[in-house]
Amino acid sequence: MALFLLRRIATMLLTALCLTFIVFWLTNLAPNLEKLAKNQGNVRMTDEQVASFLQDRGYSQPLPLKYAQWLGVAPGWVIEGRDGTVRSRCNGVLENGVIPEDGRSFCGVLQGDWGYSTVFQDNVGSIIATRLGLTGKLMFWVMVVMVPGALIIGVLAGMREGSRTDRSLSTVSILTTATPEYVSGVVFIAVFASTAFGLRWFNGSATSAMEDATFENFTLPVMTIALYGMGYIARMTRASMAEVMTAQYIRTARLKGVSFPNIVMKHALRNALIAPFTVIMLQFPWLLNGVVIVETLFNYKGFGWTLVQAAGNNDIELLLGVSVVSVFVVLITQLISDIGYVYLNPRISVS
Amino acid sequence: MEPLGWFDILTRVFIQFMPVWVALISLFTLSIVYKRRLGLYGKLFDSTIGMIGFGLVMFWVFTGIFGAFDLIITHDPLAQVSSMKNKPPGTPIMGAEDGQYPYYLFGGDNLARDVFSRMVKGAWVVVQIAPLATLFAFMVGITLGLPAGYYGGKLDTFLSFLANLILAFPVILLFYLLVTPEIVDTGIPNYMAMVLFIFPIIFVAVLLNSRYRTQPAVRTPLLIGVLGVMGWLYLSLISQPGTAITVLPDAVDLFNLQGGILVVFVSVVFVNSPTVFRIVRGLAMDIKTRDYVAAAQTRGERPWYIMLWEILPNARGPLIVDFCLRIGYTTILLGTLGFFGLGLPPESPDWGTTINDGRRLLQIYLHPAMVPAFALLSMVLGLNLLADGLREESLRD
Repeated sequence: MALFLLRRIATMLLTALCLTFIVFWLTNLAPNLEKLAKNQGNVRMTDEQVASFLQDRGYSQPLPLKYAQWLGVAPGWVIEGRDGTVRSRCNGVLENGVIPEDGRSFCGVLQGDWGYSTVFQDNVGSIIATRLGLTGKLMFWVMVVMVPGALIIGVLAGMREGSRTDRSLSTVSILTTATPEYVSGVVFIAVFASTAFGLRWFNGSATSAMEDATFENFTLPVMTIALYGMGYIARMTRASMAEVMTAQYIRTARLKGVSFPNIVMKHALRNALIAPFTVIMLQFPWLLNGVVIVETLFNYKGFGWTLVQAAGNNDIELLLGVSVVSVFVVLITQLISDIGYVYLNPRISVS
Repeated sequence: MEPLGWFDILTRVFIQFMPVWVALISLFTLSIVYKRRLGLYGKLFDSTIGMIGFGLVMFWVFTGIFGAFDLIITHDPLAQVSSMKNKPPGTPIMGAEDGQYPYYLFGGDNLARDVFSRMVKGAWVVVQIAPLATLFAFMVGITLGLPAGYYGGKLDTFLSFLANLILAFPVILLFYLLVTPEIVDTGIPNYMAMVLFIFPIIFVAVLLNSRYRTQPAVRTPLLIGVLGVMGWLYLSLISQPGTAITVLPDAVDLFNLQGGILVVFVSVVFVNSPTVFRIVRGLAMDIKTRDYVAAAQTRGERPWYIMLWEILPNARGPLIVDFCLRIGYTTILLGTLGFFGLGLPPESPDWGTTINDGRRLLQIYLHPAMVPAFALLSMVLGLNLLADGLREESLRD
């Protein structure tokens, strides 16, 4: 088990390194840097001004070196600009060209320094922490609604395969998987929050939910994300429940005279929930997608909204921070899902 | 003129869709009459779910195709009639000229364009891109997944690592990184197109070569012919004037994809291929332990023959089902791209873009966003039902 974990973690780190390098490379391409310079400095800069702006701020160094600095394995740059000021990556503008006593020479992700966001004018670390907290709140409620809902639908549909309940619940779950968030969100807003339709039960915007989540302003975003994921988990649960219900030991229990609710609750449920567990964990990366769409749609300024802002404005360090976090979320859930599968399923062993 | 009531609107919409109904009815009649001779496709007509799904899908396919010939639409999807801004469904056009359709059947959007015609044109964008992009993703996935599953070992480790690498990216981040104008300027999507679109050629070449290797008299002319045509198409596809890759002169360049479609196409293929790769790899690993594969190995068949002519045909059931589901997923992805305003031009009538345009005034005017939303929903639902029907029918053998 330890060896398995070690290998998985090593692969995970390698994947994260490769991915961040790709993001780093794409955000540091020449046209992107030019856009950044013009955003930061002045829109009407000439090509030479752009070049010297980038040069003075360390953007013109070779890519691997920049990446190493961002990671924190190479000392941060100290560059004397053409305008005479000395800038450094780790200590800002240096007054007389020397690094102060308490200054650091290394500052990268490994040192806990995530850089500075050019859009929000704040530290990337603190932006990501607050935004992730907001999204965490959203995700918590999504999970509270989605997981029990999906499991109940799946178990009800799967325990009597082919029955009328099964058919109608299966149709519902197909319908929800066919409704992407930007469709269901729009429909929800139109029906429950618009003046045109008249039912003004909920708020069409979740901005106020960031401080104070209430039933009115948080229902629609939570439902929108939960609905899309729900159908898929419910279908998996149904398939695995239907398979378990045909197993020998269920037939034995039935012949012994155990009542049907007892069979479902005591005998079938535990085995039927192994497959949905992995699916729920693997659903996280998809939820991340849904989060981006829903946060944009409902104007809830969480992690997904930050991703859109960072990517739209080519805010390099914020974008890198966002990708590191999302990649780790994906990889860690994969790891948990593998480990959980092994623990839940006695038929699988790692060695 | 009075605005139309709901009944009149629906009747008129029904009449507008007449070519689609004719095509649908003839397709269904022919298919049901000959269903015993049509294999898996015919069996689809034994399941109600499959038939409903197939009907929905074909409805939008025919709508897209006829819409492209300007048959169903009532107005030019880009034309603006200034008095029609945000007007509700069924509003008559004030002072309509002769030959101009006198109503906006589904109302006008915030730029006073006809919502109905834009929805019909939007179907064409999806019908054009989604199946083809899925097919390309399958070519890439199959060409890489079969050897990975069959040989295993280092090749498998490497390719699986690459696939997982792409899968670990949040899709939207990937889109934002690939489809922004700055990145398009550098030509990276064009280089990716160059790599991704070569896989169908490799696939067909290996497929034909492994089959006719023993008959050089058939193989050589066949390969030269097929690869010649495919190579020409390939070069026409990737070569775009004004971008990084302009290899063909205009005279021999067959077609040029209009603004942004190539970029959208490439990113959708890129996002889909790793999942297909994983499915194919899993199937290949499972099927290679079967007896008929062992028999072919004993016969001395070449590895590629075994992969493409023994393993692949036996993996077709799950692959066909996944193909349908994946077209639906690709449709959703295209909508996502449109929703974030990535890739396609802002006046494009595709459903994602129109939903995004319409949602800004959603509190007051419902129809500009709801019409494309339901169109997209019904198409994806149709594909899901179709996949479900196919799965049931293919399990029955």
